[in-house]
Amino acid sequence: MHIAILALQGAFLEHQQMVRKLGATTHLIRNPRDLALPFDGLILPGGESTSMGKMLHDFSMIEPLKSLIQSGTPVFGTCAGLVLLAKNGSNNGFSALETMDIHAKRNAYGRQLGSFYADIDIDNIGVFPGIFIRAPYIESVGQHVKVLASHHDKIVMAQDGNQLATSFHPELTDDVRIHQYFLSICDIK
Amino acid sequence: MDHSRYQLNKELAQMLKGGVIMDVTSPEQAKIAEAAGACAVMALERIPADIRKAGGVSRMSDPHLIKAIQQAVSIPVMAKVRIGHFVEAQILEALEIDYIDESEVLSPADDLYHIDKTRFHVPFVCGAKNLSEALRRISEGAAMIRTKGEPGTGDIIQAVRHMRLIQSEIRRILSLEDDEVYEAAKQLQVSLAMLQELRLHKRLSVVNFAAGGIATPADAALMMQLGAEGVFVGSGIFKSADPEKRAQAIVKAVANFDNSSMLAQLSENLGEAMVGINEAEIELLMAQRGE
Repeated sequence: MHIAILALQGAFLEHQQMVRKLGATTHLIRNPRDLALPFDGLILPGGESTSMGKMLHDFSMIEPLKSLIQSGTPVFGTCAGLVLLAKNGSNNGFSALETMDIHAKRNAYGRQLGSFYADIDIDNIGVFPGIFIRAPYIESVGQHVKVLASHHDKIVMAQDGNQLATSFHPELTDDVRIHQYFLSICDIK
Repeated sequence: MDHSRYQLNKELAQMLKGGVIMDVTSPEQAKIAEAAGACAVMALERIPADIRKAGGVSRMSDPHLIKAIQQAVSIPVMAKVRIGHFVEAQILEALEIDYIDESEVLSPADDLYHIDKTRFHVPFVCGAKNLSEALRRISEGAAMIRTKGEPGTGDIIQAVRHMRLIQSEIRRILSLEDDEVYEAAKQLQVSLAMLQELRLHKRLSVVNFAAGGIATPADAALMMQLGAEGVFVGSGIFKSADPEKRAQAIVKAVANFDNSSMLAQLSENLGEAMVGINEAEIELLMAQRGE
């Protein structure tokens, strides 16, 4: 199993440690050349979505990533990664990959004082430590999207076929279950 | 699971990693910084180069300006308070600032005590020029560290010196025998527990950025190759000929800090860099404030 991790900005090393712990090999994607190496799954980390989005555009990586995802490559986005995958976020008309049939609200819980920790009950996984840092949530999902977890009636985890997204940061915990689940998606594909 | 506010605050710094935090003095500059890919902005009335020029007492920025900048952008907004001025920090907390920089760039308010940052819910970043300062700021509750460098000079030498020193001191602590750690704690004026934690995790317990004197994409990449986890750029952007282009180039240089052909491209045609003051010409060493 080989996982590529977008490494333009943010907490990409934490994801790398997590999937390595689960026995996968990894490489980091910093420019279009790094997309040439084959991989079984892609992780879009947390960080600032505007910063990553800007570089995805400027480095001409939007189209190649889009076509990889649309042709079935499994992808997992956390926090900013979720925003990159979503159709237009409701603030700022921000757009990046727009491959996942969800609408995201950026900074949905406000500034850093609104960041929080909560136990999240996830379908088929169970209670999971949810770390929300200036987090987005999912405002609405398309017909074929599975909602996997909600917190106070707001969707915080969903799956659209080969695309998985969380508002929170499993890579900051010691709990590997969500990454394990993502690797199982990569295994099927 | 016990998950403290302090933990969440350290985690916000983790999200800033690999990014560039830019000093801005107006909502317009903040928008330029955000559009260029900054991962956060530092709201200031004057950038360090102008603070240096103006002399006198330099204080926290007007809350009105900070609020206008918060309105203008969606990325985290930081602001500076004077060393030891916990009431300025209370005010910034009331504004729901995302990060407070207890900064030697402003005139210190207290020559003995730093702010007790454990009393606040919002996170703090503090400057350090060696491991002792870094660990003591962390023990006071800092959730992020940056090198002090020498702000407002455009001269990278001090940031390099501080980053190299911090890294080499960490390597030395890791190399000690268990029974030598007590003496190291005494020398560094930090608790034994802090050094034991450092030895366990083989790194600082918080994110460490470079700051103070970064003016070019090459400067930013140099700091990253020396082990910085991201950079602050103060005067270097908005004191240059083409701030927008330079800001974008520095952001991309940090993301591709070890890719020399990319760095060569990014360094082309940026227009004039800030003129700068070299180390021997500096009259006021801000890094010596708040040791």
